[in-house]
Amino acid sequence: MKPFADYLEQLKQYRLQTQPDPFRPVEEYFKCQVANMGSIMLPILNGWYVHEDMPLTTYENGVIAGSIKAAIAQYPELINPYLCKLQENEKSGLIESNEHEFTDGIFIYVPDNTKVENPFQIVSLVNSREDLLVQNHNVIYVGNNSELSIIQCDDSTKYGKTFINVVTEITLSENARLHYYKTENKEAESMLFNHIFVNQKAYSQFHSNAITFNAGYVCNDIHVNLNEPFAEANLYGLYLVDKTQKCNNHIQVRHHATDCKSSQLYKGIMDDESEATFHGHVVVEQDAQRTAAFQTNRNLLLTDKAKINTKPFLEIYADDVQCSHGATVGQLDEEALYYLRSRGIGERSARKLLMFAFANDICQHVEIQALKDRLSDMVQRRLNGELTICDQCMWHDAENSNVIFPIDASKL
Amino acid sequence: MLKIEDLHVSIKGREILKGVNLNVNAGEVHAIMGPNGTGKSTLASVIAGKDGYDVTGGNIIFKGKNIMDMSIEDRAREGIFIGFQYPVEIPGVSIANFMRTALNEIRQYRGLDPLNGAQFLKLMNEKKKIVELTEKLSTRSVNEGFSGGEKKRNEIFQMAMLEPMLSILDETDSGLDIDALRIVANGVTKLKTKENATIVITHYQRLLDYIVPDVVHVLFDGKIVKSGPKELALELEKRGYDWIKEEYEQGKLI
Repeated sequence: MKPFADYLEQLKQYRLQTQPDPFRPVEEYFKCQVANMGSIMLPILNGWYVHEDMPLTTYENGVIAGSIKAAIAQYPELINPYLCKLQENEKSGLIESNEHEFTDGIFIYVPDNTKVENPFQIVSLVNSREDLLVQNHNVIYVGNNSELSIIQCDDSTKYGKTFINVVTEITLSENARLHYYKTENKEAESMLFNHIFVNQKAYSQFHSNAITFNAGYVCNDIHVNLNEPFAEANLYGLYLVDKTQKCNNHIQVRHHATDCKSSQLYKGIMDDESEATFHGHVVVEQDAQRTAAFQTNRNLLLTDKAKINTKPFLEIYADDVQCSHGATVGQLDEEALYYLRSRGIGERSARKLLMFAFANDICQHVEIQALKDRLSDMVQRRLNGELTICDQCMWHDAENSNVIFPIDASKL
Repeated sequence: MLKIEDLHVSIKGREILKGVNLNVNAGEVHAIMGPNGTGKSTLASVIAGKDGYDVTGGNIIFKGKNIMDMSIEDRAREGIFIGFQYPVEIPGVSIANFMRTALNEIRQYRGLDPLNGAQFLKLMNEKKKIVELTEKLSTRSVNEGFSGGEKKRNEIFQMAMLEPMLSILDETDSGLDIDALRIVANGVTKLKTKENATIVITHYQRLLDYIVPDVVHVLFDGKIVKSGPKELALELEKRGYDWIKEEYEQGKLI
């Protein structure tokens, strides 16, 4: 792997040659085109946090965000209590490897009583002609009564094979709220392992929404520990896979305390010979009385060769609980198809409308309106076969949104 | 406009329609009445082209074309509209998106340019008034969470949007209170022109107080056994269907 300094040097050289203003912030090279979202970009290229000379930014409200490596050096007292603190039984070989060898990642620290207005957007791009191993580690801390939204985009562009192994540790203090949106758009040659661990204190809320547009091989693991009473976790997911793509979602929610709530709604559409797994595991421990836990997994299989392995799984040791789980695998509703066609809509369009409705349900749980609209649009285009890679998310020329930054990306 | 000739239809080997003949001209309103289970809804479904019906004989000619081999959507694009007895709920598909897709596919079939967003919205707002719809249709899913009355109003709204040549309203009055019935019936009446035609399927006379038919047919045992002027509906209301059954069994009717 090339050291990060080389990439940065190339980027600088390029900018000196071509840009009238060589001092434009490096973040502008990563520009998400979702209008009115006002997100603060945290760019990662081939596993390295991209910055000019500010690896870590401290904002006026006390929020700190940037490179995890810089944070370990500058703020050990803030990060160490939350870094590599996984239980032995939560670890796997991949996680051990990540803990020892991660190159970089994102650290976000939100102090107590702080509502962060603009979402942070972690854009992780892979672009390399060489085969690449990327190991990133993220730590996100949200203080008491604070609120944060994160959008995380994992994209890859063509060229070499990539193996990405990411561990994210999230700590939510009392009454903290985190909205965590993930989009994944990976090339067939890429493998992505995402391990997310969430520890929640009393009255905290965790909302996640993971949308996989293209998988390559994607594995999303989410472990949530509801450690104190009245914590809540709502997990939504959508996977749209075709060809030979594979997408696995493993979810584990542990209710350790009383009066907590968790829900899971995952939906998938599988075409061609694609394969997906939903493994949702909820553990309600003996003392976790008055738990409410719900799990639903719904799938549409478009061909005989597409495959879904679904296992909604409740493990309950408390007696005063309200729990449900269910999974469906099916085709489109024939009566609804008939209704649409009887109004003049062709069969193909009618199927697409129904598939879109099925999938778009998940986008409806996104709270940022601009992002919701954008994701709906992307789902629509994905189902139309028009979306291969998040085409709005490339290196853009900052002034003119539609011009693609004409750098030879392979050299980055 | 519509000519049905000796139509025989079976479902899973059981013959439901046993030779239906019907002639509907532009500008006319026909009522098809009859007790439950005589094939009224089957007739509507077969005209629409729904799967699962075995047509064993006869033809359906619409505007001079035999439509027996046409797909469901092509029949709609030719100008046939069914107002359903039980409109299906489609969560996640907004009424606006649904109608815009339908309208533009119909327009494309007829060689017309699609409507742009502004034109479509204008049209939709005009047509909403016909059935006194006030909801925001861009955000509401098709029929989801609608009351019985709202569903039927939504059917007539769609009819207003698509401007069909032939509308077949299948038990549109069922499940409606008197106000909803008035709104729906007035909507249908407003949409009536010299060029289009309407078939009203019902087994009560009350809808026909609002939508006055030119001809009333009685469907019994898979056949149209009696046709007459609008007064026939009143007679059926007064005397029920038993006398039809008796006369039919005695061979007095065809």
